[in-house]
Amino acid sequence: MSSVMSSAGAITRHRLFWPIVALAVLLLACVLKSNTFLNITVLDGHLYGGPIDIVRRSSVLLLVALGMTLVIATRGIDLSVGAVMAIAGAVALSQIAASDNPESLAVVLSAIGSAVLVCLMIGVFNGFLVAVVGIQPIIATLVIMTAGRGIAMLITGGQITTVTSGPYHTIATGYWLGLPVAALIAGFFFLVMALVTRRTALGVLIESVGINPVASRLAGVRARTIIWTVYVLCAFFACVAGFIRSSDIMAADANNAGLFIELDAILAVVIGGTSLAGGKFSLVGTLVGVLVITTLTFSVTILGIPANAVSLFKALVVILVCLLQSPVVRHKLRARRRAVAPAPVEVPA
Amino acid sequence: MATDQLTSPKAPADARPSFGSRVRKLRIDERYLPVLGTMVVLIAMLAIGGSRYENFLTGRVIANVLINNSFLVVIAVGMTFVILTGGIDLSVGAVVALSGCVAAWMFTHGYSAAVAIPLVILVGTVIGLVVGVMVHVFEIQPFIATLAAMFLARGLCYIVAPESIPITDPTIVSLARTRWGTDDGLVITPSGAIALAVVAIAFVTLHYTRFGRTVYAIGGGEQSAKLMGLPVARTKVLVYVISGTCAGLGGLLFAIFSRSGYALTGVGMELDAIAAVVIGGTLLTGGSGFVLGSVLGVLVLGLIQTIITFEGTLSSWWTKIFIGALLLIFVVLQRLLVLRRR
Repeated sequence: MSSVMSSAGAITRHRLFWPIVALAVLLLACVLKSNTFLNITVLDGHLYGGPIDIVRRSSVLLLVALGMTLVIATRGIDLSVGAVMAIAGAVALSQIAASDNPESLAVVLSAIGSAVLVCLMIGVFNGFLVAVVGIQPIIATLVIMTAGRGIAMLITGGQITTVTSGPYHTIATGYWLGLPVAALIAGFFFLVMALVTRRTALGVLIESVGINPVASRLAGVRARTIIWTVYVLCAFFACVAGFIRSSDIMAADANNAGLFIELDAILAVVIGGTSLAGGKFSLVGTLVGVLVITTLTFSVTILGIPANAVSLFKALVVILVCLLQSPVVRHKLRARRRAVAPAPVEVPA
Repeated sequence: MATDQLTSPKAPADARPSFGSRVRKLRIDERYLPVLGTMVVLIAMLAIGGSRYENFLTGRVIANVLINNSFLVVIAVGMTFVILTGGIDLSVGAVVALSGCVAAWMFTHGYSAAVAIPLVILVGTVIGLVVGVMVHVFEIQPFIATLAAMFLARGLCYIVAPESIPITDPTIVSLARTRWGTDDGLVITPSGAIALAVVAIAFVTLHYTRFGRTVYAIGGGEQSAKLMGLPVARTKVLVYVISGTCAGLGGLLFAIFSRSGYALTGVGMELDAIAAVVIGGTLLTGGSGFVLGSVLGVLVLGLIQTIITFEGTLSSWWTKIFIGALLLIFVVLQRLLVLRRR
């Protein structure tokens, strides 16, 4: 009896318990409202259905949150991801638009290549400011967050660049093996990072830098290189997310591409149990956080909540999850559980 | 960041007369250096503007910079309190929109200005209180707590005013039209006067009251402040209440400025406010900075806009690039200053 209770306690104490409960409640509400929500059908060899839609829509946020998790684990934060997405779309699409043959795969690949280069440079710049100059991450990345959209507009000449290019459009809307390409891209990078951080020393190094940069440096960890790496990675993932977003609408909108995605990504990371104070991080937690936020946005339409109330609904769920995860509430819950449980037998010292 | 403590032995401080010691000879307190830097930039911008364009250095232009940014001045003042304690407030832009929407809603439902104006400011106070409780009692990081408050305020905006509501209340209209001043253009509006009053009150509060000292003490080290017996809990909640109230007042000023309430006003205004505070020389780690610096920061941002308008040929996105570049220069300079001080 007591072992059952204690294992139940261990489950509810797990940091992903409340986010997963929130996800389950949201999905359940969707199923209750629309019986066919969880059905997956095969149409033209592609999978269709509610869960597939959620997975496809969460790919952009997952990529951004993936990089953000690593940055936050080193005690940093990257506000520039939205601007990087805008720049990625602007560079890629203006290059495709300027070419003679937008349908050619080579043109698309070279456009993607140069956009990746530009974004990597931004990552290097952010990393330089944080790791070498030693500016607080929030301010260092605020520079690109402010200037980045201006740069993106400079590239597109203040226009919303639109192109028609089959290969580029595939990134967001194509299917491969019955699954959406966007989700496959995000899933691929997620798996790679999960393997790299858990099967090599990188994960431990990132955590050690986040927990105590000075001590980890004294222990021989190249803190500076690690911090630099995570900002470059974050910019790279934001760049890929920018491709997916601009390919979805086939337009580079410098003002609105990835607007406020940094906030959603940070929320996803925090909901996933990674502390903004750095240190321990959980990529699986981030995945759960991303799914919670995407399902939240998605469920609003299914549940018939008026469009006006979307933001309020989101705020209430976020506040609830944050409160339940907060140290004070968790402590109180634990204290109550302990009071209910039989008092431990006194052992003479 | 603590990593740099290890780099300092590389450069011996006494190898050559440091910038800091030279400044000390000039008898300028190092604390004032960032603010003086902002002042120099401001004067340089005025000089460049004055030499390039006719009619730039007139009372009208300078007064307009203050008047058009009066709401940002008020918000930046509130933000300074929060940043001085080492926190951050991302909710102010949304609170500006919310209080504007509430104002518009109340006026269309026939409330008088005497009832509406205090309530509109109170909206900001309440949101600030909610944030303060989340930050202090529930120990949620300020970034996340104010982010949640931002979503909350924006959500409430759409409930209160799904569409833009014009404000036709006679008090607001007269507040928007009143101009005091001389004929040559050096004028001040009620909004500008309110902003200056807020700055004066904040200045006195920060530098001549116990509360102000506690704000600086918390930013310098929360643990030490607690050990010194300072009322850390109360002060930490209060700074968010102050920031929320300032945002509420800023929303009122913006409603007077635009004479409407709209759910999408003030998007990104929190970042403008943070940029102004940083350009004004306040360190984001807390404990160091001045309210007057933040005012100078707002004026610098306003002048960038004015110069680009005067230039005429530059596109609007250059504003963003200039602000970003200026932000970069300032944070790098501040960083160098902190390194020299060690």
